[in-house]
Amino acid sequence: MDLVENYREELRFARKPLGRSLLVLLLLALAVLPWWCPSGWLARASMVCLLAIGVIGQNLLIGYSGLISFGQAGFLAIGAYAFGHLRIAGVPFPVALLAAGVAAGLAGYLVGFPSLRLKGPYLAIATLGFGTATYQIFANVEWLSGGRAGLSIPPLQPPFGIARDTWVYLLYYVIFLVFTGAAYNLVSSYVGRALVAVRDSDIAAESMGVNLSRTKLLAFFISSFYTGVSGALMAQYLGHLEPQAFNISESMNFFVAVIVGGLASIEGSIFGAAFVVLVPALLGSLRWAVPVLFGTAILSVLIFEPLGLAGMWLKTRLYFRLWPFR
Amino acid sequence: MARFLQYLLSGLSAGSLYSLVALGLVLIYRSTRVLNFAHADMATVGTFIAFSMVTSGMPFWLSLLAAIVAGATVAVIFYFGALVPAQRKGANHLGQVILTLGLALILQGLTVYQWGAEPDRFPFPLSDTKVWQVGPVFVSELAVGTLAAAAFASLVLYLVTQKTRLGLAMRATSENLQAAQTLGIPTRAVLAFAWGVAAALAVVAGVFLAPVLMLDPFFMLDAMFKGLAAAVLGGLNSLPGAVLGGLILGVAESLGGAYVSLEFKTSLAFILIVVVLLARPEGLLGKEFQERV
Repeated sequence: MDLVENYREELRFARKPLGRSLLVLLLLALAVLPWWCPSGWLARASMVCLLAIGVIGQNLLIGYSGLISFGQAGFLAIGAYAFGHLRIAGVPFPVALLAAGVAAGLAGYLVGFPSLRLKGPYLAIATLGFGTATYQIFANVEWLSGGRAGLSIPPLQPPFGIARDTWVYLLYYVIFLVFTGAAYNLVSSYVGRALVAVRDSDIAAESMGVNLSRTKLLAFFISSFYTGVSGALMAQYLGHLEPQAFNISESMNFFVAVIVGGLASIEGSIFGAAFVVLVPALLGSLRWAVPVLFGTAILSVLIFEPLGLAGMWLKTRLYFRLWPFR
Repeated sequence: MARFLQYLLSGLSAGSLYSLVALGLVLIYRSTRVLNFAHADMATVGTFIAFSMVTSGMPFWLSLLAAIVAGATVAVIFYFGALVPAQRKGANHLGQVILTLGLALILQGLTVYQWGAEPDRFPFPLSDTKVWQVGPVFVSELAVGTLAAAAFASLVLYLVTQKTRLGLAMRATSENLQAAQTLGIPTRAVLAFAWGVAAALAVVAGVFLAPVLMLDPFFMLDAMFKGLAAAVLGGLNSLPGAVLGGLILGVAESLGGAYVSLEFKTSLAFILIVVVLLARPEGLLGKEFQERV
């Protein structure tokens, strides 16, 4: 890696002109995706965008602050249902989206309180309990879940006469970019450094002046805010909500995405989200093979490449940095 | 009163199965500090093997034995094939827990591939419709068999851990790994044995749970959550605590379902987890965790 001389350089996303222009090209290519890719894959691309937001949230919690949560599906459900009820009541899309994030974030804040006392496996069990309890509440309380018929969400009205799936993709892409940028800034700010310090040694962090309980609660709030927004976007994308969409296997998906993508890495989260969406799509009718492949991916990542896809990406970049001369 | 006793009995019968699951989870947690999220799937694989053998005409005891051996083999292979290499790579506790998640996913997919996702009926030699009347209470053959199997398995585990040299080695290893290695205990083999025994207990629970529920690739999931709740209630590092926690949870669930609300019967375990973790994280019989700075 080349030498970083000051803090401003450290913060810069792509340091070399070549990297910067490649990044801009990639972003542009993704922005005009609706005009060159088949519509089935466009829907999957929207799915990757919305899932990536949730996976980044999960990674901020697991990868950066070292707090385990098996209850992601619960936050997802809270975000999705808050959004659904607001949209049905006629609230405009952006307001409902923010409200969904805040609702999930507050739930995360409450769940975060046990995290001040619990560690490791105990926190995992407590959040697992939260996720399953939330699922059962939504499955059993009819006025929340809309009963047997489920909850139907009014579709988005695209302006300027563009096709609806194009509009959904573009909107999700922009939201995804905003949240990704925010996450990049967050992890290189004071808060992000505090999260990492708490993960590596909470006692040392506290003696260096990091407010432990505030940092942990903030980590839970931010993570579940991201997850809630992801849930809201998922609700809008599906157009129809049933509690079955938010059972334990949804939490597992987030876990697989974070681990395979790479712990404590934002671009890794995006790779992970793409992995979780694209692998089932490529396998098609071989539904039994999806969990087998996910499980094998987890095992091989942890045994052979603990940094996941992000680590592989880093190694490739390092290789090409000196490319013709080795 | 008769109604109360009846619910108490069915609670004990369900609770004894939770105890078996909890015993396995505690055994693994105590020895390797890993929370085994693949417990349900190891049990499911074993139960499905027993199912295949029974439906192809083998005697029940032979199928049960084969299922137990199969479940234990899966656990031992996982220990040597995945957990040990990951530990060599310096995986932390979180990484090891996630490894068990990976195993769970693989076993899940393979079970769906081999036996399909549709529910099957397990042809069990003991029936739950054949009942005897003991005083005011009706006792089914299945409930008696379940209680007897759970009691027998717990007793065997107790004898192995407390009365044999192997058990002494297991206790020493879980107490202090480095010291045990220094004393010449083959800790890898001992830990692999603990994983195998835990999986065997889970398979027994699965086989006795199968006739109550329908057999499908996810039928143990709920029982595993209950086992986790029982283990937390009793204390994650205490074997007697696991048995006690399982029985308390089974009885509480049965009585709660009868007298309070049937709908939230399944949520009770999770409410219990949260309350226990907030009030007394080390559980009923567990020891206080202390961390060295």
